[in-house]
Amino acid sequence: MDGFLFIAFPYIALILAIGVGIYRRRRRPYTYSSLSSQILENRKLFWGSVPWHYGITLILLAHLFAALFPGLAGWVLGGRIRLLVLELTGIALAFYALFGLIVLIIRRLPSNSRVRHATSYMDGILLGFFLIQVATGLGIAIFERWGSLWYLRTAVPWFWSLVKLHPEIATVTSLPGIVKLHFVLGFAIILLFPFSRLVHLVMFPLQYLWRPYQVVVWNRRGRKVTAESTEVMR
Amino acid sequence: MNVRSQVSMVFHLDKCIGCHTCSLACKNLWTDRPGTEYMWWNNVETKPGTGYPTLYEDQEQYHGGWVVEDGKLRLKLGSRPTELVNISFNPRLPTLDDYYEPWTYHYKELIEAGPGDDQPVAKPISMITGEEMEIEAGPNWDDDLSGSPIYAENDPNLRKVMNEEERRQFFELQQLVYFYLPRICNHCLNPSCVAACPSGAIYKRGEDGIVLVSQEKCQGWRMCVSGCPYKKVYFNWNTGKAEKCILCYPRLETGQAPACMHSCVGKIRYLGVLLYDADRIEETASKPDAELVDAQREIILDPFDPKIIRKALADGVDQKVVDAAQRSPVYKYVKAWRLALPLHPEWRTLPMLFYVPPLLPVTATLTAQGRHELDPNFFSSLESARMPVRYMASLFTAGDERMVITVYKKLLAGRIFKRAQTVGDIPMERASQALEEAQLTEREVEEIYHLTALAAFEEMFVIPPMLREVAIQMGVDPHEFQEERGAGFVQLPARGL
Ligand code: HEM
Ligand code: SF4
Ligand code: SF4
Repeated sequence: MDGFLFIAFPYIALILAIGVGIYRRRRRPYTYSSLSSQILENRKLFWGSVPWHYGITLILLAHLFAALFPGLAGWVLGGRIRLLVLELTGIALAFYALFGLIVLIIRRLPSNSRVRHATSYMDGILLGFFLIQVATGLGIAIFERWGSLWYLRTAVPWFWSLVKLHPEIATVTSLPGIVKLHFVLGFAIILLFPFSRLVHLVMFPLQYLWRPYQVVVWNRRGRKVTAESTEVMR
Repeated sequence: MNVRSQVSMVFHLDKCIGCHTCSLACKNLWTDRPGTEYMWWNNVETKPGTGYPTLYEDQEQYHGGWVVEDGKLRLKLGSRPTELVNISFNPRLPTLDDYYEPWTYHYKELIEAGPGDDQPVAKPISMITGEEMEIEAGPNWDDDLSGSPIYAENDPNLRKVMNEEERRQFFELQQLVYFYLPRICNHCLNPSCVAACPSGAIYKRGEDGIVLVSQEKCQGWRMCVSGCPYKKVYFNWNTGKAEKCILCYPRLETGQAPACMHSCVGKIRYLGVLLYDADRIEETASKPDAELVDAQREIILDPFDPKIIRKALADGVDQKVVDAAQRSPVYKYVKAWRLALPLHPEWRTLPMLFYVPPLLPVTATLTAQGRHELDPNFFSSLESARMPVRYMASLFTAGDERMVITVYKKLLAGRIFKRAQTVGDIPMERASQALEEAQLTEREVEEIYHLTALAAFEEMFVIPPMLREVAIQMGVDPHEFQEERGAGFVQLPARGL
């Protein structure tokens, strides 16, 4: 069972996320969108989307940073004060995200609300998964102390072993159930990524910072339209 | 200099009867799909009024268009990093309540109602939730002032130019006056919708200047909706993509006028091509308010000037497009006669839809016999106009009243002259005097009269050959699409999961 959950499942999730994500981007670009519902409802979205996005994006970046640079992360977390401050910041951010997420869920519930009618099944599944994921994450942070430290010694080696195609799951199989649930759900969300609106995440338009303001597209620039060719068409 | 061509429009407001035929032609053709019900790419609003979406002209609320800061153009929406920071919640987005909640009726209830004491009624139901709803607004809710001065009184332009006392007088019944303002996307030279799009999904077509949203690149960041001061980009809540007026380019490419123009009952609409200098866009849009209209006229080039023609051809403008530019009714109204003005030039998008401001009902006065009379002092009626020239100036010239008066003098002189000629109750010398004062020649008046009152279809819509088929033929193998469902968009425009 652990073999499936911590070896096969992560690979399946990652392969599908990348493969289907690219396929969808290339062949079904029309379906890529944040699917904003702000035009339908504005006030609750403010209290939901802002906390959710700031909270979850920072937390996600912290996870990524620690996974990519475990040495550096270990050094940063080395001091007691720094560890305490970072853990507390993480917990605060998680509460912030959770608050936003709950508002987002409440926003989509009432059967007569406009957003409810712009909600797909996948939206529901996604919000549900996130709710459990953030809740378990918070639970771990509070009840399984100093997760930021043991994350470096358990999950990170496991990630790298997966990357190196040499799966080593010993560091994670002995962890408490809630932690294992959090890990598996994480990959479940990666699996959902190409099949949901989550694709908006990789489309973050950073290039806006340097692209020229005006965009002009030419249909026949560089190809000379000759008199004969226009004559034919008239 | 870099010569480009732009398909542009003139709407002659004196002729608009406010029938909304244009809006319906457009709706039936383009926006009767789920998610687009509330969109009116073409809408007609009563002025003074709050417009659609409500108060869209109030840029302190919506932050659309451009502003000049330290001599540099920047989006009023904010800097680029600000936009990215606000991307998960756009604080300047109008919501459906600012447009209106689209509805239909439970028509079945009419047919299936059992016998009873009362007439059956079809209850309104929301086209979004499918639930019964209270209709509280519509896309033309303030049509004909809606029997109430509330909408007119809240017009941002009116608030800008009249104090409370003046507004009170304005709303006295005999004084009351309104006109219609049909609006589509202006296909601007300096579009702020394009600039505001973080994905770079909105683009201007080089050959004809039509501004389009790439439905494949759009990621639903909905910044363009806020960026356009005219609120002419709409967000499809069903597909999560922005959509806007496409100037009926599939019709234009096959030589037909856009549907709104083709169907216009008042024959108020003109379409033609203009040549302009693309190198001067930024410079023009950065001018002080008072110089904007003139600068916009300046950037439009004379298609009869041999030097310009040579440069145009060198820059890749086709000879046939130059020919079309020479016959363009838009060129005549905007540049040759200087009768047509852009809407809200102070938003600095350099809109390419121009309006001949309405003379009537602005200056019309009724005598006791109910007859319309021209003031013997020609232009004095402009000072006592029912609608202050100030109001028109805040719509069309960024506040410059002289420019509006110049246009009005020409329009009035034309009327006086034609009246002297056809009715004969004004002596011809006085008519000539009026022409002189308005700096118009008899020939010009005849031409204006012809294009305004008598023009045929081909004179009103001078559609340049777009040569798209040629370009496609050269770039793509036509057989490539034979197996599929035709060229272009072959996927169902369905929402992603
Ligand atoms: C990379 C930066 C991100 C940007 C620019 C972004 C942007 C957006 C936007 C514009 C929306 C639509 C909001 C609306 O209805 O108007 C949205 C919705 C959403 N985003 Fe993000 N997002 C980002 C990152 C993330 C991340 C990291 C997650 C979670 C892992 C996430 C999860 C969601 C969810 C679940 C929704 C749907 C909310 C709802 O309407 O119920 N986003 N995002
Ligand atoms: S009117 Fe608005 S949508 Fe149209 S081109 Fe100008 S800025 Fe863009
Ligand atoms: S169809 Fe023509 S006359 Fe009628 S409302 Fe539209 S622009 Fe005005």
